[in-house]
Amino acid sequence: MTAAVELDRVSVRFGDFTAVADVGIDIEAGEFFSFLGPSGCGKTTILRAISGFVPLSTGAVRIGGRDMAGIGPNQRPTALIFQSLALFPMMTVAENIGYGLRVRGVPRRTRAERVARLLALIALEGEGDKRVEALSGGQRQRVAIARALAVEPQVLLLDEPLSALDLKLRQHMRNELRAIQRRVGLTFIYITHDQGEALTMSDRIAVMRAGRIEQVGDGRSIYEAPQTAFVAGFVGESNALRGDVVQTADGEALVETPVGRLRGRNPRQLQAGDAALLFVRPEFVQPGLSADNECDAEAADFTYEGSITHVTFRAAGGTKLLAQIGAAARQAVPAPGARVRLGFAARDAVALPP
Amino acid sequence: MNSALLHPVVLLLPIAVIVAFWLIAAVERRLRGTVQPGFFRRNGAAVGTYLIVAVGIWMLLLILLPQVSMLELSFRPKLPPVQMGGPRDMYTLANYRYFLFGSPDDASHWNVLHLRAFFLTITVSILVTGFDFLLCYPLAFHMAQTARPGRVRLLLLALIAPYWVNEVLRAFALRILFAGSGLLNTALLGLGAIAQPVDFLGLNIGLYVGLSYAYLLLMIFPLYSAIESLPHEQIEAARDLGAPWWRIHRDIVVPFAKPGIASGCTLVFMLSAGALATPLILSGPRSLWFTPVVYDRFYQAFNWPQGAAYAFILLLTCVAFVLMVLRLSRLSLGEMTR
Amino acid sequence: MNAVALPRALLALYLAAFFLFLFGPLLVMAVTAFNISAYPQVLPFAGFTLHWFADLPRDDDLMLGLGNSLRIGAMVVVLSVPLGLAGALLMHQVHARARALYYLVTVSPVLTPGIIIGIATVIFWRDLTGMTHTRFLYDGILLTVLGQSSFIAAYCMLIFTARLQRFDPALAEAALDLGASRTQVFAHILLPFLRPAVLSAAALAFLSSFENYNTTTFSILADKTLTTVLAGRVRQGTTPALSALAVAIVAVSVLGAVAYEVLRRHEEGRRAAAQRVAREAERQEMQSAAQPA
Repeated sequence: MTAAVELDRVSVRFGDFTAVADVGIDIEAGEFFSFLGPSGCGKTTILRAISGFVPLSTGAVRIGGRDMAGIGPNQRPTALIFQSLALFPMMTVAENIGYGLRVRGVPRRTRAERVARLLALIALEGEGDKRVEALSGGQRQRVAIARALAVEPQVLLLDEPLSALDLKLRQHMRNELRAIQRRVGLTFIYITHDQGEALTMSDRIAVMRAGRIEQVGDGRSIYEAPQTAFVAGFVGESNALRGDVVQTADGEALVETPVGRLRGRNPRQLQAGDAALLFVRPEFVQPGLSADNECDAEAADFTYEGSITHVTFRAAGGTKLLAQIGAAARQAVPAPGARVRLGFAARDAVALPP
Repeated sequence: MNSALLHPVVLLLPIAVIVAFWLIAAVERRLRGTVQPGFFRRNGAAVGTYLIVAVGIWMLLLILLPQVSMLELSFRPKLPPVQMGGPRDMYTLANYRYFLFGSPDDASHWNVLHLRAFFLTITVSILVTGFDFLLCYPLAFHMAQTARPGRVRLLLLALIAPYWVNEVLRAFALRILFAGSGLLNTALLGLGAIAQPVDFLGLNIGLYVGLSYAYLLLMIFPLYSAIESLPHEQIEAARDLGAPWWRIHRDIVVPFAKPGIASGCTLVFMLSAGALATPLILSGPRSLWFTPVVYDRFYQAFNWPQGAAYAFILLLTCVAFVLMVLRLSRLSLGEMTR
Repeated sequence: MNAVALPRALLALYLAAFFLFLFGPLLVMAVTAFNISAYPQVLPFAGFTLHWFADLPRDDDLMLGLGNSLRIGAMVVVLSVPLGLAGALLMHQVHARARALYYLVTVSPVLTPGIIIGIATVIFWRDLTGMTHTRFLYDGILLTVLGQSSFIAAYCMLIFTARLQRFDPALAEAALDLGASRTQVFAHILLPFLRPAVLSAAALAFLSSFENYNTTTFSILADKTLTTVLAGRVRQGTTPALSALAVAIVAVSVLGAVAYEVLRRHEEGRRAAAQRVAREAERQEMQSAAQPA
């Protein structure tokens, strides 16, 4: 099966600045694929390269097996949803949705039928004559999606379309986006700096940093099995303990850290003597847990959040360790200043090159 | 140097400069290696052609080439048509010498008549500019900072309405007012303030008032829009810190409104110095404004090369004034014309 | 007098003086247009008459000038609005280092005295038509249109540049992305977005052309426009007929300005109404999003 979108060693340079460096990836048909990364990591440039607004410096973009070199954005089988949505203020809702059909020369009658169907899909029946200015944030969002779907693209590209929305509405729209994607069965390529969005909606995620892809995988593997220090630090919260590998065995590494020798998985095959960062997520660090790794610490700071409590511990050498204690285990929350023994399992920790 | 031969060459100069600029830009783009789509791909063939043709016509045929041919003509002698292109058609400074000495070859006397008109024009235009600034600043500040919104709308409307009364009509209105039997003389006589009608026009009072009056609104709008963008909190903060009112204006409002002040002053100066209708209608028989002198070179003396030289002198003066304003206010042209 | 009343009184005095200066001469002129007296004066007011107005259409020179002014105005609009638009659109695309020069050249006509533009236009077209044996193009009306357009196009460009600064380039990209050609983007997105600016520019161009004297007096050659006829008459001597003409012109311009303002307010009102609808929809949406699914 050919990939819906194939990025073949794509690089984009602006003068001396390299925005995208040697990115190669295959995105499957019908997949919800996200590029996740901090601002300036090149994710928007990738999206613009796929849609044809940014010319490649090297490499190739293939959509449905066809090389897109020399094909302008107006002839590619993609549709882009802009961060600002870019609804046309000089047109009504229906004219916006029908615009792609209008420039394709679709007869007025057919166009009206298709627009009506799309209005129904986004639950805006009969609102076609409204001005764009008269729409709420969520309605605008849905009109932008309908406008892009109207041209029946092979791939829908979304550039942080939810960022302008209010938090509550944003969560609501995540579900709605995912539902629309399932219903129409299109390939979605989604750009975001919000890991929550990426994790909840995507089939696969590519984490980017400084123009390069750090790791590709489904949400679970990105979160639970980070391959680089950047991914471990960027996706979700993590405690990072700096140290040196002293011994390796059975896919695990023993790392000498300021709080003692700790064991963790060793996916990158670090050798004894290598510098390492040992990552462990706060939810795996529990007071009084007897496990592979243990250390003494003093409870210093508390943040109560209802379902969980965040506790900052101070361990040997001033090292801070963050723990999250769920409401079900709230009796484990120590008193302020109390000295406790923290424990976490070796399989919940991972040693990565810094 | 025979001017007839060089004439077409001179006209090709601006075109050559533009082509050179375009080439430099193209080479630079190539060297920096950015892969932006070309001009026609970016705009499409139709729109791209429209842009190039329209801007080309505007810049070359309407702006640059006329100015260049005026400059070129100013260095040519006045000759009867049969001698044009003949051996006597040589580039010369005679027209500029005439402006200074009143004669192409005798440098012993100054051309008092024309030089006086020139310096009077510059001096009076500067005074008019200053007067208009002083008159408009308080109103602009009031509208921009202290007046209530309803009042601002009313004041703006009251200012915009007379903005469209043209220069000739404004001068005409003042002429009625200042005439020997006009309302002003009638009123002053009636009050017993004067015993005989005053010849306002002969004394040039009409001209000075007319110039101040004609371009008043070109001062107020730039001032208003510049002061309006000053956040009111800054003034309040200064007042809160105990600054007296004159320091608030000197240290906060005026520096902030500099672009507006600069563009208002430039416009008023340029229009006063280049005014033609107002001096023709309102100046007394004894005074000579510079623009009517230029006008007369063309249509009284029928000496076009000399007229071109005089026009170019006026243009240089205006350019010098703009440069001086920019230097004094430390602004760029773009900031000023915003 | 207390501390607040004095500045207030001064302000009121100043405002009154300012607007007396601004409107006084125009009002005096207006009154003379209705006075029977054969010389334009307010006092003595010999009696009310409209016959100065009634005489205007019988003045052949004036009517000829008016016709020319209207024709020139229309042609200036047709020429300078597209020129100014092209100038503004190209501004962003000129290479950064050449942009200052580009700006200087295109804005220079605004800062050049009108008579110089008129003189330069006449000299250039006299030469050009002479050299190319196209003397029939050396025509007062045509030269006036060209001369006026050189600076009126710059006014238009400044209007378009201001409007373009608020243009979201994503709109053009969105249209392209949906399959529009570059030309379609221009026609469907950019021009409609610029429509208010096009209307303002057209109005400004027409009015500037209609009232122009300094450039026109040179470039019109042997022809005449309303303003040049007017100036010639005023120099010969003032008559109430000229007052009447002035009143008529002012009345038309003020009516035009008011109509423009009303249209603008109407447009603003429509936008405000749409935004009210949007806020209401927003509120409902927040409520439904807050409810448990």
